[in-house]
Amino acid sequence: MNEFRVAIEREADIVLARQAGRQLAASLGFSTTEQTLIATAISEVARNIVVYAVHGEIVLAEAADGGRVGIQVTAIDHGPGIDNTDHAMRDGFSTRNSLGLGLPGARRLMDDFDLESEVGHGTTVTMRKWKR
Amino acid sequence: MPVPILKQGDTLIASVVSALTDDDLIQLRDDLAKRIGEVRARSVVIDVTALDVLDSFATRTLRGIAYTARLRGAETCVVGIQPEVGFAMVQLGLTMEGVSTALDLEAGLAVLAAKKRGAHPR
Repeated sequence: MNEFRVAIEREADIVLARQAGRQLAASLGFSTTEQTLIATAISEVARNIVVYAVHGEIVLAEAADGGRVGIQVTAIDHGPGIDNTDHAMRDGFSTRNSLGLGLPGARRLMDDFDLESEVGHGTTVTMRKWKR
Repeated sequence: MPVPILKQGDTLIASVVSALTDDDLIQLRDDLAKRIGEVRARSVVIDVTALDVLDSFATRTLRGIAYTARLRGAETCVVGIQPEVGFAMVQLGLTMEGVSTALDLEAGLAVLAAKKRGAHPR
């Protein structure tokens, strides 16, 4: 299965990650609107890596489930982790003076969303969007 | 890539021509705040037609630019938000509260001209 990895080391990599995500979504047959939703969600989770963990990566892959085709975006970092994942998923919650819409917003843009984090070890966000 | 800023009368027009990194956005904010003083601008148009994503950081920065410009005596209009970009912003929960928006450059200039006259655009 095709898998693309984009290293997130600096904020310019956020743009690369979302462009790669849009490209894969387009090749999978997602509509322009869906490509934009996916690219925006990638932008949010990639920014979280830059802001909170500094280094990490975005892994883009095709997803399949029965007859469904989709895209899977995984954001992986080995940063400080999230102390309270419930708070992190709440609109307007931020520990870094941002709008606090990144993770909850990304969840709204995608179909499936999973956040795993361990303090001191890092955070993995896995999200999928399925073709209609 | 830095955003070019054109001057037309007392209006500054910033046309975003490619994807913006966070640094580009912050540079635009600083450049505009400075240019408003240099040319005594009363209006600022930011054309984002070329942007395929406006995430939370970009939206917050654009809003910051507009608020800063207003404190410097200039009104800002953000023009050219693409339909799918607008849709994504709404789902994210982003708003441009307190910032004028218009369909395109022409409409944006009309909105700002009407504001300057103290009238409401049609």
